[in-house]
Amino acid sequence: MLNTRTLVGSIALALSAAAPLQADTLRLAIMGEPASLDPHKISGTWENDVVGDLFEGLVTEAADGSRIPGVAESWEVSADGTVYTFTLRDDAKWSDGEPVTADDFVFAFQRILAPATAANYAYLLYPVKNAEAVYAGDAETSTLGIEALDATTLQITLERSTPYFLDQLSHYTAYPLPSHTVETYGNDWSQPDNMVSNGAFQLDEWQSQTRITASRNPYFHDVDNVALEEVVYYPIEERNTALNRFRAGEIDIAREFPTQRYDWLMDNLPEAVQVAPYLGIYYYAFNTRNGHPTADPRVREALSLAVRREVITDQILGTGEVPAYSFVPPNVSHYEAPTLSFAELSQDERLERARDLLQEAGYGPDNPLELMLRYNTSEDHRKVAIALAAMWKPLGVEVDLFNSEVAVHYSDIRQGDFDVARAGWIGDYNDAQNFLSLLESNVANNYGAYSSAEFDALMSEAANTQDMDARAELMAEAEAIALEDSATLPIYYYVSRNLVSPDLEGWETNIEDIHRSRWIHFDN
Amino acid sequence: MLSYTLKRLLQAIPTLWIVITLSFFLMHLAPGGPFDGERQLPPEIEANLLASYGLDKPVWAQYFTYMGNLLQGDLGPSFKYKDFSVTELVAQGFPVSLELGMWAIGLALLVGIPMGVIAALKRNSTVDYMVMGTALAGVAIPNFVIAPLLALVFGVFLAWLPVGGWNDGHWKNMILPVVALSIQQIAYIARMMRASMIEVLGSHFVRTARAKGLSEIAVIFRHALRPAMLPVISYLGPAIAGIITGSVVIEQIFGIPGIGRYFVQAALNRDYTLVMGTVVFYGALIVLFNLIVDLLYSALDPQIRYDNE
Amino acid sequence: MIMNNATSAPPVASNSLGREAWRRLRQNSAATASLVLLIIIALACLLGPWLTPWALDEVDWNAFLAPPSIESGHYAGTDANGRDLLTRVFHGGQISLSVALVATLVSLVIGVLYGAIAGYVGGRVDNLMMRFVDIMYSLPFMFMVILLMVVFGRNILLIYAAIGAVEWLDMSRIVRGQVLALKRREFVEAAHALGVSSFKIVTRHLIPNAIGPVIIYVTLTVPKVILLESFLSFLGLGVQEPLTSWGVLISEGKDMMETAPWMLIIPSAFLAITLLCLNFLGDGLRDALDPKTR
Repeated sequence: MLNTRTLVGSIALALSAAAPLQADTLRLAIMGEPASLDPHKISGTWENDVVGDLFEGLVTEAADGSRIPGVAESWEVSADGTVYTFTLRDDAKWSDGEPVTADDFVFAFQRILAPATAANYAYLLYPVKNAEAVYAGDAETSTLGIEALDATTLQITLERSTPYFLDQLSHYTAYPLPSHTVETYGNDWSQPDNMVSNGAFQLDEWQSQTRITASRNPYFHDVDNVALEEVVYYPIEERNTALNRFRAGEIDIAREFPTQRYDWLMDNLPEAVQVAPYLGIYYYAFNTRNGHPTADPRVREALSLAVRREVITDQILGTGEVPAYSFVPPNVSHYEAPTLSFAELSQDERLERARDLLQEAGYGPDNPLELMLRYNTSEDHRKVAIALAAMWKPLGVEVDLFNSEVAVHYSDIRQGDFDVARAGWIGDYNDAQNFLSLLESNVANNYGAYSSAEFDALMSEAANTQDMDARAELMAEAEAIALEDSATLPIYYYVSRNLVSPDLEGWETNIEDIHRSRWIHFDN
Repeated sequence: MLSYTLKRLLQAIPTLWIVITLSFFLMHLAPGGPFDGERQLPPEIEANLLASYGLDKPVWAQYFTYMGNLLQGDLGPSFKYKDFSVTELVAQGFPVSLELGMWAIGLALLVGIPMGVIAALKRNSTVDYMVMGTALAGVAIPNFVIAPLLALVFGVFLAWLPVGGWNDGHWKNMILPVVALSIQQIAYIARMMRASMIEVLGSHFVRTARAKGLSEIAVIFRHALRPAMLPVISYLGPAIAGIITGSVVIEQIFGIPGIGRYFVQAALNRDYTLVMGTVVFYGALIVLFNLIVDLLYSALDPQIRYDNE
Repeated sequence: MIMNNATSAPPVASNSLGREAWRRLRQNSAATASLVLLIIIALACLLGPWLTPWALDEVDWNAFLAPPSIESGHYAGTDANGRDLLTRVFHGGQISLSVALVATLVSLVIGVLYGAIAGYVGGRVDNLMMRFVDIMYSLPFMFMVILLMVVFGRNILLIYAAIGAVEWLDMSRIVRGQVLALKRREFVEAAHALGVSSFKIVTRHLIPNAIGPVIIYVTLTVPKVILLESFLSFLGLGVQEPLTSWGVLISEGKDMMETAPWMLIIPSAFLAITLLCLNFLGDGLRDALDPKTR
């Protein structure tokens, strides 16, 4: 590559495509076009990249993802853990110079939970008292458990003690909104001409499918420590295009790169590769509804036993994904996950046991187990699905692979139209409950309809337990039951894959993969 | 000519109506909805979302609402891109796609016609095979291979041109996508040109012209070229359609903010209003370009007169 | 109404037309070579899977993304799942070629019948039928195909039958033009006078005489459908695993062009050679069958 460069050096210089590098402008490739910049109308991670730079909640994320005070300077929690009283910093201002008041939070919470707003992600605020009833239209918005005691004092009342609630307040569902401009412009308040925000950056321009430009907000309370003058977000859906543009120096950070390029990147751009554990589990749901072979726990266990997770993570994906032997990812705060009992067995022992189990369940050469395996369209999902089918083949399992696009996939598997189906979960917040609740009876995202009275009882007991250690133990007990039942087939824990220019400083990998531009600066 | 044009435009109305109606019901027939994603929304949230877009009503009622709004020029809000209306998205994307498409067609004509003519003149010779082989290589390799290859070579290795992005239509950003988009069209045009040139060269009036002792160059330029170009002209209508389809790939790979990408993405996302918006727009575009091509055709071919219809 | 594609061939007794065309086709070295190559490729795809030491979905757990090598038996390397690429290319060829043939055949049957009827009956019926074709032309074709893929989901042959059902428009125009030109000729009028039924006139006299443009059309449609299939594969709407097609293989390979180039080059080479040959053959056939270019 270098040789080619020198060969054509002069022409390359004359035609050089890269824009002149302005050291105070960060060019960030986000992995999709934002649905909106209104925090109440979004649900994707790439929108969080933009909106999280524009706004700041009561609590916010440090460079390493840990929670630090944001608009709130300090807070007190009542003894029973249900009443939070926040004192707002008095230098918190909107980008038009207006102060950020407690009323702005009340306004925002009432708006996101109003049925007419139809916010996808409103359910994250359900811990707040009466939130669910308000959203369902069964209660007045004024009954919502949030109140401005004065301009800088905010009180939030919860349904019941929720240990992860403070963490959640840094999420975009809990951002304040500039009530003065929303009232003026209505739903157009988030248009670039109208938008006022309270984060480190303010919106300058949005050209759809092209770029979003934000500049440093002079009214931001910590503006002196914000190094970047401008951030340009380029929505790039094609991972390979993002990679190539990064290589050509057209962008400084790419928020994802294709898995299959990891080895190549480690050879060619090792200093730019940032791979870290991510708060997510890649798994397959077993359909436990009657009439499906996977309703038999022996069949589920046999299938789980035969999956060589290390082959999938090391040979097929190979980006440092970690083989999963539990449902809740490691590194989840305040939780120690139990593991599948066979994790210690050798591959031969596992296969032997799997054969015995299938035989017990009545499957054999004369009556082979036939499975419909469903996955949604994606290069990586496809590779894993093929590997699973090949790994089950020695057991005499005949797998019918069925691929469909994402909308069809999920609407079908919710109807129960599968035996095993690809699924995944990225934590909404850093707490084991967010993962384990997927396995509670009658939960919408419990695709396989796994149901265990014991599991449900432990989870509801945990929900009512305030002591963090006791709560963690109850949840671990519940997870152990689900693992024992082979409720799902955990395959690997996700990793985040970023490309970050070595010229940048202040980037710290973290389990939630949240990176705010205010912490980033160029190394001059 | 004018009455013919008016007649054609009037005929377009029922055509468009059928296109819209068919697309509308086919789309609602497709499994999965706009809010089916990785995460099942709690039922009350889904209900609120459906209600706020009027999707809780029966399909026929939605159809009448949609047609009513359409007649008032309202294409509705996009389900996916919530800060923009469909009209805005189309208005932003179309000029980009059009610019890209026009350059690509222009390039394709500029390269394809001479290639076809040369091949026809040297018919069945090595020159013919080489020219046509080169031209046809363009249809032999899918453009989703050509596009990243161009980006890799000229953007990453040589670093002469940007790898992607539109940059408000800067010429540097346009070169690779235009080339990638035109390669297939070059092949089609060269091929068509070769065939019709061969046919024209064998016709009576060319033989007559030659018999009159005109030079070969004069025969080609004065007599053969114009009639030989007729099939190419009539191909331009469908070519516009081809360009828009082709730009699905090109726009995606080069990250260009045209409407081509909505075409597929909106269908996959079940973004009903955006799908319908692109369908309406595309249908109208085809009708319009077919009309333009027919008028152009009559201008070039004296044997056709529309006034007599 | 313009008949762009109407070439009015004089009626020739089909026997001598065939022999004469065949003779002229053989004189065209590019077309002959293409025909031979096509036959070789088709045979390779048909027989190849039995000759390679690997099965279509067989995973070689020791060779993920292995480059081509003689010793390992992976003559064209393996894919990211450790499956033998050559085996998959041959299988993919079977699928690509058969879907192209199915779609072309369906469009041929619909298009020929539709065009012949419109042209033969003429008048108001013709007008109405051609209006319908115009409407179909204004339909966003790509969108229809995507919706059909989504609605039918699984069955690959059904999908391509559906594509054929959308692809017949050009064919119907060509045949209509041919029939319009032919039906005023003496031999048709003679048949009429002899009391031959309309159905027989269409099937025995008109369609066989329009065969030239139809054959050319077929050689044009087959590559078009193969490319369409690859485009749909790029969008993730290709055939279901473990089946594969050239389009699927190429779209898998395109992301690996720097790391595992064989995954792109080998299926692309098969596709490109096939498409080139089909195009040369089509041009050769056009020259051979069109009496005007004699």
